[in-house]
Amino acid sequence: MSLFREAAKQIFRKPATVKYPFEPGIVPPGLRGRPVWDMEKCVLCVLCQNACPTAAIKMIPKGPDAGIEYHLDKCIFCAECADACPRKAITMTTNFELADTSRSNMVQHYKKPQKAQAQTQTQTQTQAAKAGT
Amino acid sequence: MSYGTTIKVPFGPQHPALKEPEYFLFEVDGDIVVKVTPRIGYVHRGVEKAFEQETYLHNLYLAERICGICSHAHSTCYTQTIEGLIPLEIPPRAVYIRLIMAELERLHSHSLWVGIAAHEAGFDTLFMYLWRDREMIMDLMEEISGNRVTHAINTIGGVRRDITSEQATKIKKFLEKFESNVKEYTKVLESEQTFIKRTKDVGVLKPRDAIVLCAVGPTLRASGIKSDVRADDPYLAYGEIPFNVITHDGCDVYARTIVRCEEMIESANIIRYALDHLPEGKIKVPPPRTIAPNESVGRVEAPRGELIHYARSNGTNKPERYKVRAPTLGNLASVCQTLIGAHVADIPLILAGIDPCFSCMDRVIITKKSV
Ligand code: SF4
Ligand code: SF4
Repeated sequence: MSLFREAAKQIFRKPATVKYPFEPGIVPPGLRGRPVWDMEKCVLCVLCQNACPTAAIKMIPKGPDAGIEYHLDKCIFCAECADACPRKAITMTTNFELADTSRSNMVQHYKKPQKAQAQTQTQTQTQAAKAGT
Repeated sequence: MSYGTTIKVPFGPQHPALKEPEYFLFEVDGDIVVKVTPRIGYVHRGVEKAFEQETYLHNLYLAERICGICSHAHSTCYTQTIEGLIPLEIPPRAVYIRLIMAELERLHSHSLWVGIAAHEAGFDTLFMYLWRDREMIMDLMEEISGNRVTHAINTIGGVRRDITSEQATKIKKFLEKFESNVKEYTKVLESEQTFIKRTKDVGVLKPRDAIVLCAVGPTLRASGIKSDVRADDPYLAYGEIPFNVITHDGCDVYARTIVRCEEMIESANIIRYALDHLPEGKIKVPPPRTIAPNESVGRVEAPRGELIHYARSNGTNKPERYKVRAPTLGNLASVCQTLIGAHVADIPLILAGIDPCFSCMDRVIITKKSV
């Protein structure tokens, strides 16, 4: 009998299902979505690469390409990288619409800004570089 | 009536009535099952070997992915086992948060199962209502932990996220509604003739058989045996929280449904108690990176029954051996027994009755030269 009452009530209620692709999907603020890197803060310390359980992060330590290579297709959104980062350079966004048709779009390269890179290099390295020039 | 000869009916590994790949060979005499031969190993994923290749921290995420429904049970069991290896005491607040998540998980797993049982018995209305309510639990868990399924809230040495007071109020408000709904559904199940006719005296597992065949969890409790890891070998904070171990003497699929419904009410009480007695303080302590040679076993009452993890360390940052015994393996022998004498049409319902999770269970793969 009560199920009947419930069914009758439901006629006047909003459907329980969310019409997702046509309506925005509502997610709570703490959702662990895609991680993003703030390369101004990053010091290329490799801790996030070590913390990542699925090897979704590849750090390129030197050269013009120095920075972080992030593989979205391997990421399991565990936020271990964000927890491990000593500079809080990684934030977990609430972005969950991450599908793509091409695998190559799944790799994002965060380049370290060249100026900042020089600043954050260790003393010895800068000295060695100076001595070299 | 017997036909004298039997026919072999293969069931699975791909079968519309079975959601997971598992194979059963039924020998039927007319409409009655006379022999059951299970064959497991179709979803062997090499999890145990993978555990040996990764560090303790990385393995946490592997443990969580053994099962999609009881992911928190596996990660709790994993952390418990590893904390036993170190050994490491975790802060009381972390203990309570793990427990609250575990009970929320039980709520969603049981409502999922009762929904499926209703669906298998042809009662789709109830299935829809239960799954609608289940979605609210998933949303709550998502809000607390950051993900619907793989919560990743546990870490070795505690938990990664705290439960805020707003979240606690939200959980309590939800529990009130959910509890009254579940009571309503239980009443419906107890009085709905179609459901009773479909489930009463179907898949009978006698108490003695249940013990001999090592049944676990709600399947065992529905055979009248009072056994629950939470009460028998209290882990987390279960020793401090008053709760009843639900049993039923029916021994059939109906009893399994009622046991799960009542366990949901009990879980709601446990969560409420835990939220009221949530200790203050830290939520995690830093674990060491390497673990000295040791051995440890973790036992957890997952929604489907007793879950056992075993680990052996060797002084490095990776385990030397890791073993997982999922509850479905414990229930498999008993379900084969209960299927004997059943009607062919009842097979899906009886199989669903143990809440099988074959993918969590497969640890070996048997290859024979000649079949
Ligand atoms: S969220 Fe997890 S899987 Fe993804 S990059 Fe960070 S550590 Fe790796
Ligand atoms: S842990 Fe942080 S600072 Fe270190 S490399 Fe990763 S993002 Fe950069």
